[in-house]
Amino acid sequence: MAPTIGTPTSRVDGHAKVTGEARYAAEFDAPGLAYGSIVGSTIAKGRIARIDASEALRVQGVIDVLTHLNRPHMAEGGGADEDPYRDDVAPEGSPFRPLYDDRIVFSGQPVALVLAETWEAARYAASQVRVDYDEEPHVTDLHRRRDDAVALRERTKVRGDADTAFAAAEVRHAGEYFIAMEHHNPMELFASTVIWDGDGKLTVYDKTQGVQNVQCYLCGVFEMKPEDVRVVSPFVGGAFGSGLRPQYSVALAVMAARALQRSVRLVLTRRQMYTLGYRPGTIERVALGAKADGTLEAVTHEAIGMTSQFEDFARNDTTWSGTLYRSATAKYDHKLARLDVSTPCDMRAPGAATGVYALECAMDELAVALKLDPLELRYRNYSDRDQNEDMPFTSKKLRECYRQGAEAFGWSKRDPQPRAMRDGSELVGWGMATGVWEALQMKTAVRILLTANGHAEVACATSDIGTGTYTIMAQVAADMLGLPLDSISVKLGDSTLPHSPVEGGSWTAASVSNAIASTAKAIRTELLQLAQKMPQSPLAGATPDDVALVDGRIVSKQDAARAVPIADAMRHAAVDRIEQETSADFDEDDGYARNTHSAIFAEVKVDEQLGVIRVTRVVSAVAAGRILNTKTAKSQIMGSVVGGIGMALHEETLIDHDLGRIMNADIAEYHVPVNADVHEIEVIFVDEPDDIVNPLGIKGVGEIGIVGVAAAIANAIYHATGKRVRDLPITLDKLQG
Amino acid sequence: MVSRIPVTLVVNGIETQLEVTPWTTLLDALRDHLHLTGTKKGCDHGQCGACTVLIDGRRVNSCLTLTVMKDGAEVTTIEGLATDGALHPLQQAFIDHDAFQCGYCTPGQICSAAGLLAEGKARTEDEIRELMSGNICRCGAYPNIVAAIHQAMGAMGSAS
Ligand code: FES
Ligand code: FES
Repeated sequence: MAPTIGTPTSRVDGHAKVTGEARYAAEFDAPGLAYGSIVGSTIAKGRIARIDASEALRVQGVIDVLTHLNRPHMAEGGGADEDPYRDDVAPEGSPFRPLYDDRIVFSGQPVALVLAETWEAARYAASQVRVDYDEEPHVTDLHRRRDDAVALRERTKVRGDADTAFAAAEVRHAGEYFIAMEHHNPMELFASTVIWDGDGKLTVYDKTQGVQNVQCYLCGVFEMKPEDVRVVSPFVGGAFGSGLRPQYSVALAVMAARALQRSVRLVLTRRQMYTLGYRPGTIERVALGAKADGTLEAVTHEAIGMTSQFEDFARNDTTWSGTLYRSATAKYDHKLARLDVSTPCDMRAPGAATGVYALECAMDELAVALKLDPLELRYRNYSDRDQNEDMPFTSKKLRECYRQGAEAFGWSKRDPQPRAMRDGSELVGWGMATGVWEALQMKTAVRILLTANGHAEVACATSDIGTGTYTIMAQVAADMLGLPLDSISVKLGDSTLPHSPVEGGSWTAASVSNAIASTAKAIRTELLQLAQKMPQSPLAGATPDDVALVDGRIVSKQDAARAVPIADAMRHAAVDRIEQETSADFDEDDGYARNTHSAIFAEVKVDEQLGVIRVTRVVSAVAAGRILNTKTAKSQIMGSVVGGIGMALHEETLIDHDLGRIMNADIAEYHVPVNADVHEIEVIFVDEPDDIVNPLGIKGVGEIGIVGVAAAIANAIYHATGKRVRDLPITLDKLQG
Repeated sequence: MVSRIPVTLVVNGIETQLEVTPWTTLLDALRDHLHLTGTKKGCDHGQCGACTVLIDGRRVNSCLTLTVMKDGAEVTTIEGLATDGALHPLQQAFIDHDAFQCGYCTPGQICSAAGLLAEGKARTEDEIRELMSGNICRCGAYPNIVAAIHQAMGAMGSAS
């Protein structure tokens, strides 16, 4: 049986997804299901003066209207050390508490929850709830608050004197870049179906990237016991980070089920999803100083991001240059502007997608100032050490990414002069950028149940948000147990399964796979013991490391003739099932930096008269350790590139700062790439063997694909038009203006 | 008292009687009344295409369609595309080309593609892109969706 790791294996859940059998959070049913509909605040800041639900309650089919005045008991919270509202990935601060009191802290904040016998009745009645407010002045504009922004508590290391080095540099570039606030907009609406199992016990079908995180949160908020709350999420219709933290919707759905003592479904509208987390709008200032030959001497990277008034959300925007390039001096600074908005959250490659955009555009501008090919500038400053931590990498095949990507793209044929390349009425531009992300891994447990009929069930409370977790879990288990892929069943997305952190940060593939490997080893050890109890066992004296599980047999690695069929070993011992659970833990204090890298090459065509921009070709060359499944991993990178196209050209959440309210809270006015916006995308995985990063050499590909894409496109637009637009998204008005 | 209106639909070949309020969309009727949850809700406003079904063979956003207006119509959803357990060529092509990640837009994409093939308008990959642009895929599977549709076109003999 050929190994499946590293092959283009089709998704094991593909059949369920193309037939409509895959069920998402809003699609579970229960007798007597009640439906919820949320009323959101129309002001951004102030207090609720009065709520009148009498009209709503008169609507036929309405059961109840919950507000802060009549809701059932919930924990106090409010920023205490052991704040029960703080989940696994909560930033510093005091998390939002839905329907807790009369305070309004962001526009669209839930102020009432209507519960009815049908969804239509709930929705209509929600429009009949009258709310009066005592409004207070709000500020939602990042640019207005930039001078009052507060420095992050954690300050990053400084290397040398970057200011002096910059002032003395032969060639300098300093620029300010802006990345607009963006919303994830997964296609599935956030939804929770809470099944009232009786006696206060609940099964919660939720759209989440972390069933155990949600379970723990609900236990805290409603002071429930873990055994009374089971959170289940077999399929997630996209999340991109939006499902990392428990949403107010799941808290409200559970609150309603407890109030009514019956099952409840609550689905957010697309508009309401804009009141959840988002990628914070960020101002980035990058200053680069170099010698005339391009050698970097000074890097300064400052970021100002938006956050809410009650939580300080920030991710690393600024220090990526130290991972990518050599520079004698570096200085980083990160500030937060607190605004009257909801708290931002992780969105695909948080921090890097924004920070590396600025860095990589600045590198392009420096290359122009140096009259140097932008790829050559990267080669000249290539770093084999992480300079921030002064550590070597477990592996860094970025040079190969540059080489293979450039070759596939045809970069050597680029005319360096802007506006020099044309195709009919369109200007053609070629740009490139580098991408970088961390190779993270988190403690994760996996249980394997092997039955004598040659079937194995692999279980972990992780999730599959479309990333292919089901498939890679099946592959790794199949290879490690020596069974065919279709003899493996995978269980995930259930809080009763072995421990897993949220699925995020690109750590799932590495963490879960290594946990499967260690559990498979425990199974192998037990099987070997059984085999050695057989009379005249051919495996007598062998240790677990001397044998492998291959084609349903326990086989000596030295001598393949010495083997025992698994079924025989189990039958002889009268054992019909073997179950093992182990955790993979990871020692990351080993003096190595762990990162993935990429090189992105983009071609744009810009209509000279109209300014219409098309991204006609993208080559993304990625070095991310061992690729478990070349088919699904390629889809992840491709999808990230599409996300990068959106970031570069389309996506922007717009706030009316007078009202403090998002203006384009739907997917007609908030533009995301559609099929016609996307053309050729080529993905290359560069071979990157790595036996240091973790036993299986896996680094994860969930984020790396988007980092640098917007910069490559922005740089290509400059090359096509000679015009540098530093504010994302690059819409045609900015290009023409 | 809101009166419910009887409606007869032929859903995936089966005649189905329903009683719905006048404002019940076909999408909600399918999902909440008939428990055919393969058809997805992504916006409820005709902006995303996740709710695409075939009505009398034409692709339609079911969230913009009131059930009462479709009395007597034939509705095909993702659950009705496979025949006798054999996947529709588009379903197989979507698996082969990994034309999805999370799978939430997928039923709508496949129904829309089936409608597209029946229309016979798309010949080139560019035309497929253009005529499939009413179906958003936030996972960004577009190149694979185009490749899958192209494969199915060939398999069904409508490619040129
Ligand atoms: S749900 Fe109908 S178009 Fe989005
Ligand atoms: S597969 Fe996730 S939205 Fe298309």
